[in-house]
Amino acid sequence: MSKVRRIDQDHTRFRKIVRGQIKQHLKQFISSGELIGKQGEKYVSIPMPQIALPKFRFGDNQKNGVGQGEGANGEPVPGQQGPGSGAAGETEGKHTLEVDVSLADLAKILGEELELPNIEPRGRKNLRASAGRFTGISRSGPQSLRHFRRTFIEALKRQIASGTYDKDNPIILPVREDMRYRSEKPREVPQASAAIIYMMDVSGSMGREQKEMVRIQAFWIDTWLRQQYQNIEVCYIVHDAAAHIVDQHTFFHLRESGGTKISSAYELCQQQIRDKYPAGEWNVYPFHFSDGDNWSSRDTERCIELLKSSILPDVNQFCYGQVKSSYGSGQFKKDLDAVFRSDPKVITSDILDRDGILTSIKAFLGGGR
Amino acid sequence: MGNLTPELSELRDETRELARSYGLDCYEVIFELVDHDELNMVASYGGFPTRYPHWRFGMEYEQLSKSYAWGLSKIYELVINNDPCYAYLMRSNSVTEQKLVMAHVYGHCDFFKNNAWFSKTSRKMMDVLANHGSHVRRYMDRYGAEQVEDFIDVVHSIDNLIDPYSPFIRRDDGARAATEDGPTVIKKIAAKDYMDRFINPPSFLASEKQRLLKEQAQQLRFPQRPARDVLKFLLDNAPLQSWQQDILAMLREEAYYFAPQGMTKIMNEGWAVYWHSKLMTRHLCDASEVVHYCDTHSGTLASRPGQINPYKMGVELFRDIEERWDHGRFGPEFQACDDPEVRRKWSQKTMQGRQRIFEVRRIYNDVTFIDEFVTPEFANAQKMFVYGTNSTTGQLEIVDRDYRKVKDQLLTALTNFGNPIIRVVDGNFRNRGELYLVHDWAGADLQLEHAHLTLHNLQRLWGRPVHIETKDGGKGRLLSHDGKEATATDITPSSLGALALGQGTLPS
Repeated sequence: MSKVRRIDQDHTRFRKIVRGQIKQHLKQFISSGELIGKQGEKYVSIPMPQIALPKFRFGDNQKNGVGQGEGANGEPVPGQQGPGSGAAGETEGKHTLEVDVSLADLAKILGEELELPNIEPRGRKNLRASAGRFTGISRSGPQSLRHFRRTFIEALKRQIASGTYDKDNPIILPVREDMRYRSEKPREVPQASAAIIYMMDVSGSMGREQKEMVRIQAFWIDTWLRQQYQNIEVCYIVHDAAAHIVDQHTFFHLRESGGTKISSAYELCQQQIRDKYPAGEWNVYPFHFSDGDNWSSRDTERCIELLKSSILPDVNQFCYGQVKSSYGSGQFKKDLDAVFRSDPKVITSDILDRDGILTSIKAFLGGGR
Repeated sequence: MGNLTPELSELRDETRELARSYGLDCYEVIFELVDHDELNMVASYGGFPTRYPHWRFGMEYEQLSKSYAWGLSKIYELVINNDPCYAYLMRSNSVTEQKLVMAHVYGHCDFFKNNAWFSKTSRKMMDVLANHGSHVRRYMDRYGAEQVEDFIDVVHSIDNLIDPYSPFIRRDDGARAATEDGPTVIKKIAAKDYMDRFINPPSFLASEKQRLLKEQAQQLRFPQRPARDVLKFLLDNAPLQSWQQDILAMLREEAYYFAPQGMTKIMNEGWAVYWHSKLMTRHLCDASEVVHYCDTHSGTLASRPGQINPYKMGVELFRDIEERWDHGRFGPEFQACDDPEVRRKWSQKTMQGRQRIFEVRRIYNDVTFIDEFVTPEFANAQKMFVYGTNSTTGQLEIVDRDYRKVKDQLLTALTNFGNPIIRVVDGNFRNRGELYLVHDWAGADLQLEHAHLTLHNLQRLWGRPVHIETKDGGKGRLLSHDGKEATATDITPSSLGALALGQGTLPS
């Protein structure tokens, strides 16, 4: 069907409304963190109660009804979640409308709302793969790619122009010059890879809420960078007095106690870059989150030294996010700022509370590096 | 008409003749063969591909397409109450499934044509909705798509505030003109002079006067009687532009068209299942198709423990009725008998079953159907139970198997399609042109967040503050919206509320 179907118009309109709603409520989505965990490979389910039309209807307070099946009085209705599968009281009866949005769209919306510039990849940024599609037309080519309609249009044009076209006997004979063929148009696909290295302070002073804020921010940074690069690798490093590489789950849930030696993480980070993500091939983005307490000022000096000498030359930009906690002094950011204030490669930001996540994301990604 | 393959049109003819031979009385049915995407599209529009544009249909389409793509659900059949009846067959269905669907469709079609609750629906709804579509498109061109869409959103938000019985009520519109002139004259009953004080004693005259005053007070009220058809009230009285009135009227018409389908879901599906199963098993099904048929059929009737499947419930009830009327298990004698053993063995060869179910399909709706025909034996055989939430575990638990409780629960759920009953009681509340609605509270509270949003939409139509009286957690609540903010106040049930329930005495 070549005709635009009615349903497509309505569907487009619906998607537009969804987009508008996400934009309008982006801040709320970001700070509540409810999108995390609803995310699949390419899509994320966004709860959107705003979109359902309100009606006078009954609430969920009385859940009773009629069923069919076996069982004596007082026995649970078969087929429902058993006890211990948790949170029964939370989810019951709530049929919140959820709409699937692709992560690409979500990143686009984030970009539009925060006015994020697209990133110019470094390194082998001009390496482009040809993924040709037959969208062009040429005058020569193999018979198998002959473009029937175009050929006949050419022939028709020629016959009309030369006056040999007879509309009562419309026979159109293409000659060699009329022949048109489909041709491959090379499409340039950027081939750039990026590595994100998340480092987080898991010392005693980083509480649950602090980690949650880091997690939310990491989700959005991931979403954005994944749209900018085809190939992304993520590496997670946690540190207290010593640093370890961990998987994603551990990264967000691990809780240690004890001191904080930031340089341990930076050393590990530097080592990772050197071994796995050489600057020539990778766009490297280290993000470090901490509450700003470091073991000693000597260690801070060591950190600055590490940044200057080996990390900064190899990365696109270095981001430091300082999450406010009730224990942290926040000294580390001041120290970094004092040294790197004029260096565009180093970005520091304060995350005071969940509402601060948005501005922090903007600070990190707003440079377009 | 239609685009059936020769094989399928032959099948259609065969099915139609079979249906006719059993006494089914259908409109002509036009079958369209469509692929899954087209079917999802048509289904998104509620069966009418020519409907007005609205994003809601796009949303529906997305959900249907996805759940089809993921293999979660598949629409077998879609049939439209119209003359001729339109029905859609999915191209990818097997021949067995097509047979089943056709037989099912003839069941629905007979029901549409003959059930009394459908008698007032337009049978040219295809055309009507196409007209609505072109009206709305024209308004969108003239007044802007956004504005029109916005208005449609508002109307959709209240389109359940109709009175599904009103098509059957003849209102005496001339009443007002007749009683308007002259002061109140108490009409005496004609009697000879010497009898007058016996036939028209002072007490009678006084009560008569009271009655007239009451009537008069009623005349002064606006609306005169509490109105369940809130859409109609708004249509007549809200300050709307003419295009808005037109859209409101159209959407109201659509709401009334769809209402009987909500009122007879169990019966309608039950009837269709009864006939597809009869036609398939007696005639249409080849031996080689039996397993496939059974598989499809049982998919339709599958019930999950905590839920009622209208297909299953409906067909079982029709079969039960047929059996009872075949064996004389009805009438005062049977009803009076409360010995289960005697009732079970009760058998007189009355053989009125078939005739009875045709009668039932003509005059009942789901509420009366359940109320009249769910017997203790039926509830027992169907293993029906009432469940409730256990307040400590939060689990659903079986509460009772008593058939009266089961019936009560079913009827509550079916009343007004599970929607709250809401009436306009006063269109000039506080003598300030405010709108006062009353929710006829019957045990279930309103969802307050939605209620506030809906109230806001009502306010946008009415232009003045609107209120709804309801109960929340056992206490009287008045929800209000003045266009700027929503408020909720505790109240004691007002005389207006009582009036809505028909209990009040009017302030004279």
